Amino acid sequence: MLWNTILLALREIKRNAMRSFLTILGIVIGVGAVITMVTIGGGATAQVQDQIASMGSNLLMVTPGKRLGPGQSSDTVLFKVSDGEAMLRDVSSIAAVAPVSSKSMQAVFGNENWSATVTGSENQYFRVTNRAIRKGRQFNDSELRAGAAVCIVGETVCKKLFGGQEPLGEKIRLEKLSCQVIGILEAKGQSTMGTDQDDIVVIPLRTFQRRISGNQDVSMFQVSVRQGASTEKAQRDIRLLMRERRHLSPSDDDNFNVMDMKEIAEMLTGTTELLTALLSAVAAVSLLVGGIGIMNIMLVSVTERTREIGIRLAIGALEREVLMQFLVEAVVLSSFGGLIGIVLALAASVWLAGVLRVPFVFNAGIVIVAFLFSAAVGVVFGYFPALKAARLDPIDALRHE
Amino acid sequence: MSMTASNQPDNPPFIELQGVTKVYGAGQAAMHALRGIDLRIDEAEFVAVMGPSGSGKSTCMNILGCLDTATAGAYRFKGIDVGELTRNQRTRLRRFYLGFVFQGYNLLSRTSALENVELPLIYRGVSSGERRRQALEALERVGLKEWKSHTPGELSGGQQQRVAIARAIVTEPAVLFADEPTGNLDTARSHEIMDLLTGLNRDQGITIVMVTHEPDMAAYAKRTIHFLDGRVHSDAPNGRTP
Repeated sequence: MLWNTILLALREIKRNAMRSFLTILGIVIGVGAVITMVTIGGGATAQVQDQIASMGSNLLMVTPGKRLGPGQSSDTVLFKVSDGEAMLRDVSSIAAVAPVSSKSMQAVFGNENWSATVTGSENQYFRVTNRAIRKGRQFNDSELRAGAAVCIVGETVCKKLFGGQEPLGEKIRLEKLSCQVIGILEAKGQSTMGTDQDDIVVIPLRTFQRRISGNQDVSMFQVSVRQGASTEKAQRDIRLLMRERRHLSPSDDDNFNVMDMKEIAEMLTGTTELLTALLSAVAAVSLLVGGIGIMNIMLVSVTERTREIGIRLAIGALEREVLMQFLVEAVVLSSFGGLIGIVLALAASVWLAGVLRVPFVFNAGIVIVAFLFSAAVGVVFGYFPALKAARLDPIDALRHE
Repeated sequence: MSMTASNQPDNPPFIELQGVTKVYGAGQAAMHALRGIDLRIDEAEFVAVMGPSGSGKSTCMNILGCLDTATAGAYRFKGIDVGELTRNQRTRLRRFYLGFVFQGYNLLSRTSALENVELPLIYRGVSSGERRRQALEALERVGLKEWKSHTPGELSGGQQQRVAIARAIVTEPAVLFADEPTGNLDTARSHEIMDLLTGLNRDQGITIVMVTHEPDMAAYAKRTIHFLDGRVHSDAPNGRTP
């Protein structure tokens, strides 16, 4: 009987192919959007996790400010170079510390002009962040000590400013500072935050402090923990050391953060996941709208087929059989929309993953959930029209023109 | 619910109406469609119901066909008091015992003749192979076996009515209710339909209750009941068929 009812429903849907298609369009778009959002969001999350894993789990970041939440900080007391030296000296599990101060600036060479991140640091920076110099050399001690006007540029800056020209030995201008290119970094690509890690100009920290920031501050430290040593312990030790150096009483909160990559990963994936959830919620609304579309067309269909319902009731169809017929029709219709939505979503996801350069991660869970949801939409929004059909009086229905 | 009440010892009448009234609306606006009908129809009868519009004949047919219930009075079908039944029970009564032929044919549009005839069997839960066999047989009886895949739109009025008759008899009903079956047909087609109905009554013993406006058609029946103002005006056996 159910199989018969499904066949009957399919026949009815085929009979009104165009209308059926327009009816399920809402469901198609809803299911498609939800699955695409979740799949792309999942891909982005996986990519963030991958990149963080590739950076190594032994990296710590020490940043100033209280941890209040993303973008919030107060009573920021910046670091000094001596903080880094103290860490390296007192925390035995630390392998290297790189002080980092950066600022986004215009870099100029000849007629070319490019906005890049200017980072003041030391040679430890290349070790800690795991970057190699492709061509040229690192800073030498006298350059670091004297705050010489030399720089090492990333691949992007190199391309934008010099095009095909040889950059080594040339001078680029960073605002009032003119500095000589002594090295080129190996390309590294996009960072977890989506910024270009090759859009960078590294200069000695002392140069940065004297010529750019005009103070002795350091924005943050990047710390690499000795292989095999516990990052948790290193984190704890750095925290205690910094509390001591900053003379914080036991009741005071930390006014700095020591984050390991896992925490940063959680923070970033948390953001991605939140964004995915929000976008999916918006997409889910279109599923609801699709459901209303189905209800609308089912009501029209019941009115149009009043005579048919009358005939069925007169020759012996029970109320619940008529109810089932229309309910199954609505469910078949909406499930069909769900299936089309799934196919479109997977195609769109593969394409979008390619365009956005995130991995395509097939999420069977969301596909199943979206399909079941679309079927449920059919049940919920098909029930009222089906009930209306089942409750018709056969005499009135047969008289209906 | 027992459907085989005819086996009761006192052997009740096949169809019996006792003091049946039907009132539409209430108070001042109340419309008395039936004002006390007493009627008895036996098995294998062929009854024509006549009367002017508004005389109550259609209302009476709806009650007899278990599509509607009486306001007062009793309708017993094979001894079962139909007034006591629920809507679903009445539906089952129609499903297993009654067949309907309407003036406007009432076939499912865009559906082949065969599928139309199969329809009542679907609700009886007959398997698809058996359904097809019985439907083809019914179509053969009305002479439309070759037209089985045509939709109502591709058939003439007379052919459509014959498909409707096939649909009504495919379940081998105890009673066939025909509501002006020739109302939309020309004379030649009308006589064909009447010959078909007469044959079914004579050869298979199907009880037929037929509403008609045309004395020519009523003459095919064995008995004619005239309705007037919600009452039975006259009820007499017909003379020899023309």
